[in-house]
Amino acid sequence: MEGYVHSIETCGTLDGPGIRYVIFLQGCPLRCKFCHNPDSWQINAGRKVSVDELMEDILRYRNYIKTGGVTLSGGEPLLQAKFAAELFRECKRHGIHTAVDTSGAIALSICKEAVDAVDLVLLDIKSIDTIKCADLTGKGNEDALTLLNYLEQTGKDVWIRHVVVPGITENEEDIERMAQYLSRFTVIKRVEILPFHKMGEYKWKQLNLNYELGDTQPPEKESIENIKNILRKYRLNVV
Amino acid sequence: MRENFKSGKWNTQIDVRDFIQKNYTPYDGDDSFLEGPTKRTEELWAKVKELMKEERAKGGIMDIDTHTISTIDAHQPGYIQKELETIVGLQTDEPLKRAIMPFGGIRMVRSSLKAYNRPMDPEVEKVFKYRKTHNDGVFDAYTEEMKKARHTGIITGLPDAYGRGRIIGDYRRVPLYGVDYLIEKKKEALNNYVFDIMITPVIRQREEISEQIKALNELKNMALSYGFDISRPAADTKEAVQWLYFAYLAAVKEQNGAAMSLGRVSTFLDVYAEKDLAEGKYTEAEIQEFIDHFVMKLRMVRFLRTPSYDELFSGDPTWITESLGGIGLDGRHMVTKMTYRFLHTLVNLGPAPEPNMTVLWSPKLPENFKKFCARLSVETSSIQYENDDLMREKFGDDYGIACCVSAMRIGKQMQFFGARANLAKALLYAINGGKDEIYGEQVGPALAPITSEYLNYDEVMERFDATLDWLSKLYINTLNIIHYMHDKYCYERIEMALHDEEILRTSACGIAGLSVVVDSLSAIKYAKVKPIRNENGLVVDYTIEGEFPMFGNNDPRVDDMAVELVKKFMTKLSKHKTYRDSKPTLSILTITSNVVYGKKTGNTPDGRKYGEPFAPGANPMHKRDTKGCIASMASVAKLPYDYSEDGISYTFSIVPGALGKVQEERVENLVNLMDGYFSDCGHHINVNVLNKDVLMDAMDHPEKYPQLTIRVSGYAVNFIKLTREQQLDVINRTFHERF
Repeated sequence: MEGYVHSIETCGTLDGPGIRYVIFLQGCPLRCKFCHNPDSWQINAGRKVSVDELMEDILRYRNYIKTGGVTLSGGEPLLQAKFAAELFRECKRHGIHTAVDTSGAIALSICKEAVDAVDLVLLDIKSIDTIKCADLTGKGNEDALTLLNYLEQTGKDVWIRHVVVPGITENEEDIERMAQYLSRFTVIKRVEILPFHKMGEYKWKQLNLNYELGDTQPPEKESIENIKNILRKYRLNVV
Repeated sequence: MRENFKSGKWNTQIDVRDFIQKNYTPYDGDDSFLEGPTKRTEELWAKVKELMKEERAKGGIMDIDTHTISTIDAHQPGYIQKELETIVGLQTDEPLKRAIMPFGGIRMVRSSLKAYNRPMDPEVEKVFKYRKTHNDGVFDAYTEEMKKARHTGIITGLPDAYGRGRIIGDYRRVPLYGVDYLIEKKKEALNNYVFDIMITPVIRQREEISEQIKALNELKNMALSYGFDISRPAADTKEAVQWLYFAYLAAVKEQNGAAMSLGRVSTFLDVYAEKDLAEGKYTEAEIQEFIDHFVMKLRMVRFLRTPSYDELFSGDPTWITESLGGIGLDGRHMVTKMTYRFLHTLVNLGPAPEPNMTVLWSPKLPENFKKFCARLSVETSSIQYENDDLMREKFGDDYGIACCVSAMRIGKQMQFFGARANLAKALLYAINGGKDEIYGEQVGPALAPITSEYLNYDEVMERFDATLDWLSKLYINTLNIIHYMHDKYCYERIEMALHDEEILRTSACGIAGLSVVVDSLSAIKYAKVKPIRNENGLVVDYTIEGEFPMFGNNDPRVDDMAVELVKKFMTKLSKHKTYRDSKPTLSILTITSNVVYGKKTGNTPDGRKYGEPFAPGANPMHKRDTKGCIASMASVAKLPYDYSEDGISYTFSIVPGALGKVQEERVENLVNLMDGYFSDCGHHINVNVLNKDVLMDAMDHPEKYPQLTIRVSGYAVNFIKLTREQQLDVINRTFHERF
């Protein structure tokens, strides 16, 4: 079984608990305006790597990731669901914790096997409003919310992530709505609020793509605190 | 007092380790017992900070005593503010005033004074009309070949003009036994050194022991000038700290060594503290105060050095390395409350490069202590870590680190410091038939130069091998001369008085440019490298066609080359006859000299340009490690300690955000990172947790950052004391960050 890999980060500390071996898979169905890795969009590109090869490399880092694990990120890792499922099962066989960093944009019918095999889902809620979501990413949020419901049914741990883009996802009403919605789920263990940044802008230029957020500034610290407080009101564990 | 401790071998012979093992109390708790600075400490430290500010304002030198040739008891006693000081003693009669120590080389004193516009005292000058120094001796004996190698920089940083350092006196012997007992034991040893035939080793040994006895008497005398009689053992914690400091102070009054390390004193001192606490003699706050004042003194140690020395070892370092923690041979860990107190000075007095806090790490250390260290690293970037599990096997549980990464049994082992050979330059010599790529001179063996259109790996390796044969021999021979002369003209009397008579000596060789060489060899093997020759046929540049694996990505294709190269050079070094039958060892450590090495080395086949700095120590070249910092650490951890027993230095810099989202996670991740690295047999790691923009700001506004500390290869420096070039090198170096 082979997959398309964009790159590897051996010291991931932001994508799941502990130190993570993070595999960025190639290919994404979304076109988020704030994407900082547009070079990982194209499907069937990147380096072709087998599960065995990856496992061999992962095991070299056993001593470091013993309280962390492996995270599949992207791109959209669930686009290569079969590959992801097999990798998760192999990791499990070796006692390694797994996580997937997904936007939830893949239909459950396709990614179910992978989701069942993983220990933790880092689910990116782009916007609770499906129209705004479609405007921002090119696709509505229905699949993501379906996935969240499924995770609740199967009792799988979830960390929610939400990127705050001024003028697009900073709106207090939407945050309030999202908080209310999320508060119903018992599987949500943590909510991460990520301020928008422009460190990926140069990649858009390299790829001759039009970066629409060139004039957008990162959110103010106070705004981030305010958003976190709204979420905390709903008893969500915000970091 | 001594009868109040558990007795053992240490009562009938000098055996500090036995005293520690019989009497120390491992501490598993957390840091909640620690005390903040006392009012006295705050006042005194404010005064010292003021003095240091004045020193910086004066261009880095407060004052120089140009008249007094520094010996153990040459200077009058000096104080910062006598009534505030619980621990006393300064190198000269005034704080931060530097002494002249000409026995290593009068030339270095002359050029230092000249650099700071101070006249040379004619009386001092007169002494050295009749008295030779170490530096004179070395140059009398150097061969033309050695001078050439030194000039082109294939061997650099040699201690041939200044004190060699890297010797740790067992300063603990003074508080434990008192000086009179130590003198008595030395006299006994001298009387026993009578053999049928008086040949060089015996004569030398007799003369040295006699010198040691004189030095011990001078030590007593110096302490007396401060009003202390240290002929007897110390009676409590305060005396133990004071006695120990006097012993160390004697060493830094006598020797301007490249590294003047302290050893492993904290757990020893804790024995006294535990007893005094139990008996109610001193409170925790008082004990912390002694340590704060002691550490303040250590932060004030100064040597007079030349600007060219500063260029090599930037930031006025003294390497007062204190080794902390570790695990004992009986399996008990050696972390005590005193270990915490030493590290706590980084909070009470703020971060600082000295003393060089070195934690002997093992995954088996108590979790509380691991987290305490990691948190301090995140907050201060002032700690380095070394693999106790690796070193304990070779050096037992009473070793200390000299300088940055050199382990040695305390009081039982010393080294002949040998700086380092530039292996990247050696590779260029191999390609150019022994000619220097910058000067065009024939320096190495005149092998046939390589003339092919593309470099052939096997051909290059064959020449490289022959070049390393030549280099290893020249290197050892050069060190033999240096250390013969150092023993003769600049013997470390007090430091060696605090050693056994029969000791292990090592010839500590070193290499620079490891990652440059292996990436070059990888390029030659896996890509196509075309040499570009100048009008004289000398290869001066290279073009690379295709891709090649680079060191620092945990890729066995190139990492194995690094391992083989280390083994190869160490094996070659072992084949040569050394001075005093010392055991050759190797380190992979550059300190800040990686910048100077780069300046002295032409274009290399890995694509590095003439003048571009090497990576420090065993680090991969920057921006070439693309799989994240653990891949980079894993590559370095493969380098074999068995073949590089004098240490393998790795410097790790990360922005706080890349270590975790919140402080608690950063601490935990750092602990796991170190557990992983050391379980993988990594030897040493410097940990910096810093934002680049802070460093940039500090370059432009140094006055805002008087205590900003950063770890470079093997030591820590005040960032603002680095040369601009060194600052830029630190900033450009790989800072692990991702987003």
